[in-house]
Amino acid sequence: MSESTKPKAQLDREFAELYRAHVRDVYSYSYYRVGNHHDAEDLTEQTFLQAYRHFERAQRESDGRPLRPWLIRIAHNLAANLYRDRSRKPQAPIDESTPLQALHTTEELVEGRDELARVLEGVTQLPDDRREALIMRFALGMDNREIARALGRSDGATKVLIHRAIRQLEGIVGNPNGGGA
Amino acid sequence: MTEAAPNLENLLRAALAPIEPPDDLVHRLESTLTNLTEIAAEELESWELSAMRDPRNWLRPAAAVVVGGTAGTALVVLRARQRAKHHPRAGMAGARDAAERALHDAGQGVRRLLGDR
Repeated sequence: MSESTKPKAQLDREFAELYRAHVRDVYSYSYYRVGNHHDAEDLTEQTFLQAYRHFERAQRESDGRPLRPWLIRIAHNLAANLYRDRSRKPQAPIDESTPLQALHTTEELVEGRDELARVLEGVTQLPDDRREALIMRFALGMDNREIARALGRSDGATKVLIHRAIRQLEGIVGNPNGGGA
Repeated sequence: MTEAAPNLENLLRAALAPIEPPDDLVHRLESTLTNLTEIAAEELESWELSAMRDPRNWLRPAAAVVVGGTAGTALVVLRARQRAKHHPRAGMAGARDAAERALHDAGQGVRRLLGDR
């Protein structure tokens, strides 16, 4: 017999809520992870299909904790498989459509675009785990605990990971030809 | 953290701004998820009524009735949203109408499944 304690109708409702709450998170993560909209769409679709299949068990095992780290971990694993299958890194720098926020004057826009482009380029040069941690923190607004769950690390190790990622990025942005570890 | 980090963190927030998924992806994904819940209903429809004469065959279609019936809930949730998106000016009344139409559709689906029994 199944260990299920919830009716399927309730599970479906809760999954619909999870989907609505986090489809943007999964898409944003996927996009910044793979660097193009086409693969990001595939990844988002596959993530939710896999999540749907395992939703009941995930709910049982989450003990009431938020399921966003679980969703992002699915996307993370699928992205890793994608690269393994294709044996390659992201095809190109982030698409031109990357939004710019809170920049108003033309001068600011030009200056800001250059600066943001340098930062994005720097992010792509980071090792995978550091890049992912920064995407989760800054694109999705996840806290250390959520990121730790998504990456399968301890809270302390995650804090160190993010700190080192920012330090390395500072080195890259400040010195585009070098960039410390 | 270093002194430069706060500025870099602001730049990171701007550079890694969240991205809205394209409408066609959302539509495709919602359709796929809705179809998943319909599979159980189709399982029931394809069941040969003649097989029902044997009580040993009752368990499987009975389970499909349960899954198919509850699948209607997911259909209502996702279809109502799709319809509301197609009629954004309708506001709350439109959303309520869309939900009622979706509920009506789901009810008809369940009646269609159970009508001959």
